Amino acid sequence: MSETAINGKKTTKELEKVVIRFAGDSGDGMQLTGSQFSFTSALWGNDLATFPDFPAEIRAPQGTVEGVSGFQVQIGKIDIYTPGDQADVLVAMNPAALKSNLQFARKGGNVIVDLDAFVDRNIEKAGFVTNPLEDGTLADYNVVEAPISSLTKTALEGLQLDNKSIMRSKNMFALGMMYWLFDRSLKETEKYIDSKFKKTPALAEGNKRALNAGFHYAETIEALPAMYKVPPAQIEKGTYRHISGNTATAWGLMAAAEKVGKKLFLGSYPITPASDILHELSRHKNLGVITMQAEDEIAAVCSAIGASYAGQLGVTTSSGPGIALKGEAIGLAVMAEIPLVVVDVQRGGPSTGLPTKTEQADINIAVYGRNSESPAVVLAASTPANCFDFAYLAAKIAIEHMTPVILLTDGYLANGSEPWKFPTTADLPPITLHEPHKDNGVYYPYVRDAETLARGWAVPGTPGFEHRIGGLEKQEKTGNVSYDPQNHEKMVRTRAEKVTRVANYLPELEVQGNGDGKLLVVGWGGTFGGLHTAVTELQQANRKIDFVHFNFINPLPKNTQAVFEKYNKILVCELNMGQFASLLRSKFPGMNILSYTKIQGQPFLVTELKEVFLENLKD
Amino acid sequence: MENTIDIPQEKPLTKKDFESDQLVRWCPGCGDYSILSAMTNALPQLNIPRENFVFVSGIGCAARFPYYMNTYGFHTIHGRGPAVATGVKLANPKLSVWEIQGDGDAMAIGGNHFIHALRRNIDINIILFNNEIYGLTKGQYSPTSPAGLVTKSTPYGSVERPFQAAELVIGAQGTFYARTIDTNPKLMTEIFVHAAKHVGTSLVEVLQNCVIFNDDAHAAVTAKQNRDDFQLHVKHSQPLLFGKENKKGIRLNGLKLEVVTIGENGITENDILVHDAHNEDPTLHLMLARMAPPHFPMALGVIREVRAKTYDEAIAEEREKITANARYHSVDDLLKSGEIWEIK
Repeated sequence: MSETAINGKKTTKELEKVVIRFAGDSGDGMQLTGSQFSFTSALWGNDLATFPDFPAEIRAPQGTVEGVSGFQVQIGKIDIYTPGDQADVLVAMNPAALKSNLQFARKGGNVIVDLDAFVDRNIEKAGFVTNPLEDGTLADYNVVEAPISSLTKTALEGLQLDNKSIMRSKNMFALGMMYWLFDRSLKETEKYIDSKFKKTPALAEGNKRALNAGFHYAETIEALPAMYKVPPAQIEKGTYRHISGNTATAWGLMAAAEKVGKKLFLGSYPITPASDILHELSRHKNLGVITMQAEDEIAAVCSAIGASYAGQLGVTTSSGPGIALKGEAIGLAVMAEIPLVVVDVQRGGPSTGLPTKTEQADINIAVYGRNSESPAVVLAASTPANCFDFAYLAAKIAIEHMTPVILLTDGYLANGSEPWKFPTTADLPPITLHEPHKDNGVYYPYVRDAETLARGWAVPGTPGFEHRIGGLEKQEKTGNVSYDPQNHEKMVRTRAEKVTRVANYLPELEVQGNGDGKLLVVGWGGTFGGLHTAVTELQQANRKIDFVHFNFINPLPKNTQAVFEKYNKILVCELNMGQFASLLRSKFPGMNILSYTKIQGQPFLVTELKEVFLENLKD
Repeated sequence: MENTIDIPQEKPLTKKDFESDQLVRWCPGCGDYSILSAMTNALPQLNIPRENFVFVSGIGCAARFPYYMNTYGFHTIHGRGPAVATGVKLANPKLSVWEIQGDGDAMAIGGNHFIHALRRNIDINIILFNNEIYGLTKGQYSPTSPAGLVTKSTPYGSVERPFQAAELVIGAQGTFYARTIDTNPKLMTEIFVHAAKHVGTSLVEVLQNCVIFNDDAHAAVTAKQNRDDFQLHVKHSQPLLFGKENKKGIRLNGLKLEVVTIGENGITENDILVHDAHNEDPTLHLMLARMAPPHFPMALGVIREVRAKTYDEAIAEEREKITANARYHSVDDLLKSGEIWEIK
């Protein structure tokens, strides 16, 4: 870190990475502020990761802790895999935002507050007994008390805007301050404002004035200690865009359908945090997408099954409570052996649980959550951007292996975003259709491919391939209804074997590390960023620690046992009570598989992981 | 007003072409046999290639139907047939999609899908086998069982109020409702053909007899001795006449229907209500559908048939419009759309 003087007055500090958290009332526009800051930083060349943290209620009472909406972003000159543990800069637009977000600020960091919002009524509403700006609550922080509301008002004087619109621009004032602090250009956000308020020039002008006023205010005041410089990261060359997990999921599915020449049919029922996939796909009907907002979760999956039966790519998207409702229908797809992609954007549970918070507790329902022997392929994406790859792969496996595939993402991936070096569809792996064929002029729906055991996909409308399928047990080959005991056992085992063989087509595990660690850290799904960062930092400190991350839950990668056998101590880290650890213990009995878990609706922190790993490296 | 035919057949299809090689396993004497026969009679009349027929069903005795048809068929899960059928039709609107349900499947476990299919007016044909009982689970009361019916799960008689299928259809803004009986194969065949030609969700209620668990449930209408006085065969633009000599009729008296006899009390044929199946206002359709013995005959035939935009048409139109104005035409275009930047 170096400090240099600018204009003889301010100093500038160079940082490898920095975490900024914006917090305010859910009507204050914090999500927009955060995403604008992220976008500008991405254009500047930083690597970054974001995490919005918002309440389940759309507009909880103003000024209350329940109504606070937050947005955290970490930017860096180094590769960034998480939105960061603790904020170096916290912007709190009112006392409630301070109350609920101070826990996320680093001691010694900067806390910027809108001084105008700290009036008695708001302080009391937030649950403070005394004014936190005066009672020593913030003694450990560098506090900047900026009269954001009144300065915004002054800056917007003379514009034909009502008070509500003026107050809504104060987020731009705060953003302007951040742009000065991190030496960013206002240009991109100004462009954005112009296009957003194309039809209301007064609002565009107001927002731009607020943005500039904030920037100049920050430059003028003495309270900010230094200007921070976070130089561009060494990022792989190429064309980038910003992408959130839910958008990436939607686009991955679309890419697969386009690749295989099918329509993408989405049957879905609104549910947090999965609805954005439905919203995104509903925008692209010109690309052969059909979306149906079904009457319930069951109709959503059943219509998708119908669409797959009729020869298109059927998809349903939901979260835990919806997945519970879909179980019987997923079993039908297992029995009928037709392609189906089920996306489960996991959230805190059980029951309604924590709709807007993240959790990884649906591994059991995905792998085991249906009646009887009902194997399905289960995949898990691990970054917002690779939701694209795993959604694509889920569709590819569903079609090539004629099976339902459950793709697990989570609220953290779904709403988080990162810069993404996007592919062209020509670079994506091919998807091969199982054309049905006849035996001596007769079509049997349950004749299987010798390698994959997948059956042919004969689609209504094809002459000569008329056949009946359904949820009753099938006679092998003919697909006729059969109650024969031997046949049932054979079919149960065949369906399981078909899913097991998917592993022959999946990449193997790659160990991050030298392969001689005293501890193997195991993760799966959305916790990749935190685990990877924590392990890397310990490896850089010469600790003997290795790491593998699972994207394939069922079947497991073929070399899983071979990898595990090299370690005397395996620590499975997950945001549940140890579901993946249990699954691994049942597959690999006798191995020393330990579990570290957290169930707070929040992702792992790098610092907490490092402490846990160091503890486990001791003995 | 009719569904169009895609490809003319080289050789006309026959009843036999639609019979599958599977052993039919309904109880001897079950009303389902005559429905199956009427269906295999009806389909060759439609001049639709066999491969374009899909039969979808849920669970129950009725739901075994697809196994017995030599067409594409999908026997799905309890109550969800309309949802699966909707997906099939949207995936390939060229298909002639038939959905087979029993009263429990359609109006108990699958009630939600039943009403929403009708509300959307997706162009499928739903055949509702109404025997007012659960057969496959061996004799429990259903949502159409009359109050007081003694069944295995209502040993002291059902205390529930039954659904009337037609009321649900009209409440859900259904565009086609017809009623028929399993003892009249000719009428059934006609109505199946009619339903197939209707563009939109066609709902055909078949009063079907479960010989084992609810025998003669519809006898007040279907029994030979009741045929003349308790069956009214409605036809669009024809007066609502019935009875042995066709002298009895239905008159609208104020806001109520009443049975009158031509030649008595000065009643002439001009007093008799003329059936208008195409009236968008469903009020009279509902009144006709609610008629039942002992005070009224049961209306059979096509009671309601109106044209409204179907769900599949609306989706196709929307796609056309969006595609015409689209600024991107592939996933690659989409990937490159919006804010992108170059790292050099």
